[in-house]
Amino acid sequence: MREPDREPQERIEHLLKQSLPPTGTRPRAALDRDLWPAMPRRLDRQSVAVPWFDWALLAALALCLAIFPRAIPVLLYHL
Amino acid sequence: MPVLEQQSDVLQQFSRGEVGAFEALFLRHQGEVYRWILRIVRDPAMAEDLTVETFWRIHRAHARFDPARSFEAWARRIASNAALDYLRSTKPETELPDDLPQPMQPDPAISQELRQKTSYAFSRLPPKLRIAATLALIEEQPYQEIADALGISVGAVKLRVFRAVRLLRKTLKQQGVEP
Repeated sequence: MREPDREPQERIEHLLKQSLPPTGTRPRAALDRDLWPAMPRRLDRQSVAVPWFDWALLAALALCLAIFPRAIPVLLYHL
Repeated sequence: MPVLEQQSDVLQQFSRGEVGAFEALFLRHQGEVYRWILRIVRDPAMAEDLTVETFWRIHRAHARFDPARSFEAWARRIASNAALDYLRSTKPETELPDDLPQPMQPDPAISQELRQKTSYAFSRLPPKLRIAATLALIEEQPYQEIADALGISVGAVKLRVFRAVRLLRKTLKQQGVEP
């Protein structure tokens, strides 16, 4: 791997620190409140999410039924 | 009971999905996770949201956690992924920013316009390069810690920083700045 050219990197580093100061030197660098009260709400939203493979399975089923419509009564019988 | 044994018990209980243990880990590590995310996204309100998102992902993945390993390192890795997903979902700036924070020791040789152009060029970097450059060049985190948090080698971190610097110079040159 090529080593970065030190001098341009140091100049860019200095420019970056002047433009985007490190977060430790800025207000609210540390957490100033407890975030736990927001957590149960987020955990409740978890049950709403449907994994992508469930959608893929549903799409595959819909495709099969579109290609073989005679399978619909069979499927309904087994449900 | 010794502190280390207590911690080990909490990690065991967490990996079994006990909510009480998850809450204890949340309360103990939320500040550290927040600071790590803030270094990457640089927005306190967003860092708070992403801290909650990170712990939600941690809770969802509890069964995959190995209690013999470090919870802090695992949480930091998940936090970095959450922050990366956020950076990917945001559009890069299209204009020069006008509300830049002041540095602690302003360099009189660097004008406000140059700072704006640098910030703009930085926002145009691909998220993976931006994270590496933020953590290494601005926040001065050790390369090994960055590598662990991003799940890549130290060499890969150095390469990303190198590519970020090269891209920044190119974008600045396009704006008429010779860095």
